[in-house]
Amino acid sequence: MNRPFDTGMAPHYSPSVTVGGVMRQVLYALVPGIAAHAWFFGPGVLFQILLAAVFAIGLEALALMVRRKPVRLFLGDYSAVVTAVLFALCVPPLAPWWIALVGMVFAILIAKHLYGGLGGNLFNPAMVGYVVVLVSFPQVMTAWLPASGITGQAPGWVDSALTIIAGQPPGGVGWDAISSATLLDAIRNSASTGVSIESLRGTAVFGSAAGRGWEWVALGYALGGAWLLARRVISWQVPAAVIGSALALGALAWLADPGHNPSPIIDLLSGALVLGAFFIATDPVSGCTSPKGRLFFGAGVGILTIVIRRWGGYPDGLAFAVLLMNMAAPLIDRFTRPRIFGHERQ
Amino acid sequence: MLTAILSISLIGLLFGLGLGWAARRFRVDSDPVVDQVDAILPQTQCGQCNFPGCRPYAEAIASGEAPINQCPPGGEDGIRALADLLGVEPLPLNPDNGEEAAPAVALIDEQACIGCTLCIQACPVDAIVGAPKLMHTVIAAECTGCDLCLPPCPVDCIDLVPRGRDEDSWSWPRPAAAGRR
Amino acid sequence: MAPASRRGTKMMLRRLHQRRLQERRQRQALEAGRRLFPFHGGLRLRHHKTISCEHPLERTPLPQRLYVPLLQQSGREAEPVVGEGQQVLKGETIGRFRQWGSGYVHAPTSGVVSAIIEHPISHPSGMEGRCVVIRPDGLDSWIEPDPAENWPERSPEELLRRIRESGIVGLGGAMFPTAFKVSDARDKGIHTLILNGSECEPYISCDEVLMREQPDSIVLGARILQRAVGAERTIIAIEDQMGAVHHALRDAVERSGADAIDVIKVITLYPEGAEKQLIQVLTGLEVPSGGRPADLGLLCQNVATATAVARAVVEGKPLVERIVTVTGNGIRKPRNVLAAIGTPIADVVEQAGGYLPGAARLVLGGPMMGFPLANDRNPVTKAANCILVLNEEDLVEPQAELPCIRCGECAAACPARLLPQQLNRFIRAGRWSETAETGLADCIECGCCDIVCPSQIPLVEWFRFGKSQLRERAEERARADLARRRFEAREERLDRQKKERKQRITEKKKALRDRQVSRDRIAEAVARSRKRRENDA
Repeated sequence: MNRPFDTGMAPHYSPSVTVGGVMRQVLYALVPGIAAHAWFFGPGVLFQILLAAVFAIGLEALALMVRRKPVRLFLGDYSAVVTAVLFALCVPPLAPWWIALVGMVFAILIAKHLYGGLGGNLFNPAMVGYVVVLVSFPQVMTAWLPASGITGQAPGWVDSALTIIAGQPPGGVGWDAISSATLLDAIRNSASTGVSIESLRGTAVFGSAAGRGWEWVALGYALGGAWLLARRVISWQVPAAVIGSALALGALAWLADPGHNPSPIIDLLSGALVLGAFFIATDPVSGCTSPKGRLFFGAGVGILTIVIRRWGGYPDGLAFAVLLMNMAAPLIDRFTRPRIFGHERQ
Repeated sequence: MLTAILSISLIGLLFGLGLGWAARRFRVDSDPVVDQVDAILPQTQCGQCNFPGCRPYAEAIASGEAPINQCPPGGEDGIRALADLLGVEPLPLNPDNGEEAAPAVALIDEQACIGCTLCIQACPVDAIVGAPKLMHTVIAAECTGCDLCLPPCPVDCIDLVPRGRDEDSWSWPRPAAAGRR
Repeated sequence: MAPASRRGTKMMLRRLHQRRLQERRQRQALEAGRRLFPFHGGLRLRHHKTISCEHPLERTPLPQRLYVPLLQQSGREAEPVVGEGQQVLKGETIGRFRQWGSGYVHAPTSGVVSAIIEHPISHPSGMEGRCVVIRPDGLDSWIEPDPAENWPERSPEELLRRIRESGIVGLGGAMFPTAFKVSDARDKGIHTLILNGSECEPYISCDEVLMREQPDSIVLGARILQRAVGAERTIIAIEDQMGAVHHALRDAVERSGADAIDVIKVITLYPEGAEKQLIQVLTGLEVPSGGRPADLGLLCQNVATATAVARAVVEGKPLVERIVTVTGNGIRKPRNVLAAIGTPIADVVEQAGGYLPGAARLVLGGPMMGFPLANDRNPVTKAANCILVLNEEDLVEPQAELPCIRCGECAAACPARLLPQQLNRFIRAGRWSETAETGLADCIECGCCDIVCPSQIPLVEWFRFGKSQLRERAEERARADLARRRFEAREERLDRQKKERKQRITEKKKALRDRQVSRDRIAEAVARSRKRRENDA
C-alpha cells in the first residue's frame, strides 16, 4: 500500500480557540452594560455603536487593501468591531456622527494600522480615538444626557437619530436643555466651587450608590466581565489590580478628606472604571503579557485614574491612564520576565 | 522670577549629579568596538573587502573609515549584525567587493599537483598541508573558502567546491510566512 | 584564608551559597516521590487511549520483507556485518558499532538478507537511510541466546556491556543509547532510578498495555538497571488514571521480593511524562538548564526499555521487537501490536483493520510531538511508539494564521516557563542573540503553546527552525574563531621568521665586521712591526 498522505507538522489537532472567537465573546460580555446604557440614556448608544462599527470596518478594509493584506481574514477577527464598540461606549449617546468618524480614523488607521495592524499597536486604539475627540471637541464630548426618570423619558429612536445626524437636537432645542452633567462632572466642579461631596447625594444626578443610571451600567459591565473571567477569556490580574488599586487609593483620599473626596464606591461605580478594568485595560496587544506584569499594569491604570480624577483636569481619567500605562508596558514586561525552568534565580 | 530660575537650576544640578553617579555605578564593561566588529566578521581572511584580512577591516569600520557593506562572505546577515552593533543603517552589499556565495572549500586535484608550495604560502589560515615536491592537500575543516590559493597555482589544479552537509546536522526549514495558508 | 578584597568575600559567599544549595538539592532529590509537586503550565488533553488499550496485545505476523534501518539511535549508522544472500537467525547481529554515536542492530527474525539499500526511514527530513532488507523464512528461529547466569552476581560493567550489545536504546521515542546514558550517569552518582510509565501524550497506550500485561519483566528490568547504575531505590511513575496498571505493578513488585521499588501515581497533565517535568513532579527540583537529571542523582528510563533490559540480561535476547500503538480515527480497529523491528508500517496498519475512508494524515508518534510520514513504506523502528492515523475532521483549520496578539496564553501553558510570544517575534526577525537569551534552548517542543494560540501560529515549527539556526550560527562562529586563531598563529609565525632572518643577517654582518676589524688590526700590527723592522734596520 503506497498511498500518499498530507504532511502537516505537529501538533496535529483541530484548534478550538480563534481570535475571532475571543473577540466575539468580548462583544457578548458587553451586552448587559449596553442594555443598561440604552435603558437609562436612550437608544443613542446603539446608533453610536452602529456608526462606529461601520466606519471601523470600512476603514480597516481600506487599510488592509492599501497594505495588501487578506481583507476577509483580518476582518473576520472582529478586532475592529471591538475597538468600535468600546469607543462608542465612551462617547455621549447623542454625539454627532462625525465624532465616530474622526475617532475611528485615529483608532483604526493611525493607532492600529500605522503601527503594523493586528498585534502591532503600541497604544489601545479605542482609547487613542477617544482621547483625540475628547481633547479636540470638548463641548460635544461633555454633552451627556440625564438618566431617564429625572426629566421624563430619554430621547426616543427618531429624536436620537436626528440629533446624531444633524449634530443638533431637533426642534431648535439647545444642548443645554437636554444635556446634564454626570456625577463625576459634578464632583470635579465641586472641587473648584468648594461644594462638599455629601451635598451631592441629594441631587438629581445621584442614584442609589453613585451616579443615577451610570451605577447600573457599571454593574452591567461587571457582570459581563465576570462572565469573561469564568470563560477564561481574560485573566484575573488586570481587573483585580485596576479595581483594587483604584479602591485603595480612593479610600485613602476619602479617609483623608471625606468632604472633598468621594467614597471609593462612588469611584468604582462611576465613569469608565469597571469598563476599563474588564474590557479596556485587558486589551492583550497593548498591555503586558506576563501575569506579574499585568498586576503592575492594572495597578498603574487604577492609580492614575484616581489621580487624574482627584487632582487632574478631567472628570474621568481612565483613558489617559490606559495610554500612559501602554507606554510603560514594554518596560514592565522586561522586568517581570518569569524565571526559565532550570535557570538560576538572577 | 528669581526663585523659578534658582529652583530649576537646582533641580538640573541634582539630576546632573544623579546621572553622573548612575553612569559610574551602573557602568557595563564591554569589549572595545574593534573586537566586537571582529567577532561578527566571518574570519575568511580573503581580502575581498580590500583590506589585508578581517582585523584591519574591523579596525577601519570601528574608526569609521570603511563602510560596513564590503564583506561578501559575511553576507546580508553580517551587514545587519554590524548595523545593529554600531547603530547605523544596514546597507546593501557592495557589488564591487564580490557576491555572497554558498560556503565552499578548496579541493586540490591530486593528479595534477606538482608540489610547488605556492598555495601553501598563500593560505591565510595554513589550511593546506604539504612540502616541496610532496603532495599538497587542503584540510577541509580548516578551509574558509577564501579563494586566495587559486591564483598562485601554476597548474590550476585547485577548485572551490560547495561545503557538504554532515549527516547529523540537518536543519529545519523556515516555516511559511503568515497569512499564506 | 581570609579574602583580602570585597570581591573575594562576595565570591566566597556565593560559593558557600552554591554549595548549600547543592546540598539542599541532593537532600530534596533523595526524598523523591514522598510527595508530589506541581509544574508550571501544561494542558489537560483528551486521552483517546481507551480505543486502543482495551484490546489485548497482538503479535504482528511477519511481513514479506523486513527493512531494518542501520540508524536506530540518535547518532550515526551502524556498520553492517552481513552481506547480500547471507542467512541470518533471529537475534543475530547485523549491524555493529562503528564510530562514536552508532550502536548495534540485530535481525528481527530468521531469514535471508536480500539487500542492503537506501530506504525511507522515519526521519523528519524525509531522508533515506541504509536498511538491511531481510526476507523471513517463516521459521522465526532464534540464535543461541547468551543469558547472564545469576545476574545479581555480575558486575555493573558487564551488565552494561550486555545492554549495549543488545542494541537497547530509549524506547520512549528518543532512541538515546541506554548503555551510554546509564554508564555516564553512573559516573556522576545516582541514588534513584525512575521508570517513566506516565505516557502523557494522547492516543499512545503502548506503555500502559506493557505494564498491564508484563509487569514482572518491568520489575525485573528495574532491578537490573538499579544494579547497573548503582541506585539505592527505584520509582515507577504511572498516571493516576491507570488503575489496573497500579495493581498489576504493585503485585509484581511484591512477587519479586524487591523492597526498594515504589509505584507512584502522578497527575495526568500533559506533558507530565517529559523527563524534566516528571522529575519536577516527583522531587520539586528543576534539572539545571544544559544539565541532565544525573546532576541531581536521578536517572530516568522508559518502562519498555526496562523490559528490553530484562530480556537482554536474563534471557540473552537482544532488542528485535517492540509494542506499537496503532490508533486514530482513521484506523478501523485500533489496538496495540507487538511488531518486529523493520516491519513496514503498511503491514502493521493492515493488522489493525486498515485505513478508514477519511484517513488524512499518517503520524509517527503522538498528536502533539509526532511527525508526519508521506507514505507507509517506512519501517517500524526502535523509536516507533505509535502510529496515529488522523482523519480530516481531526485536522480542520477554522482560521488561517494571524499575527500574535500577545494574549499570553502560550506563556501560561509553557512547562518550561518560557515566553513563546517573545521567541516567536525574535526568531521571525532573525534576532538570534535575543532568541538565545530568551531561552530557546530550554524549549522541550511539547506543543502546549501551539495548541492554545488563538492566532494559530505554528510555534513549534518556528522554534525548531530557530534551534537549527542557533546551532548553525554557533558552528559558524566556531569555524570563524578557529580561522581567526590560525590566521593569528600564521601571522605570528611569519613575523617570527622575519625577525629570525633579520637577526641572522645582523649577526652575520657583525661577524663580518668583527673579522674585518680583526683583519684591520692584524694588518696594522703587521704594518707596525714592519715599520719597526725598517726603523731598526
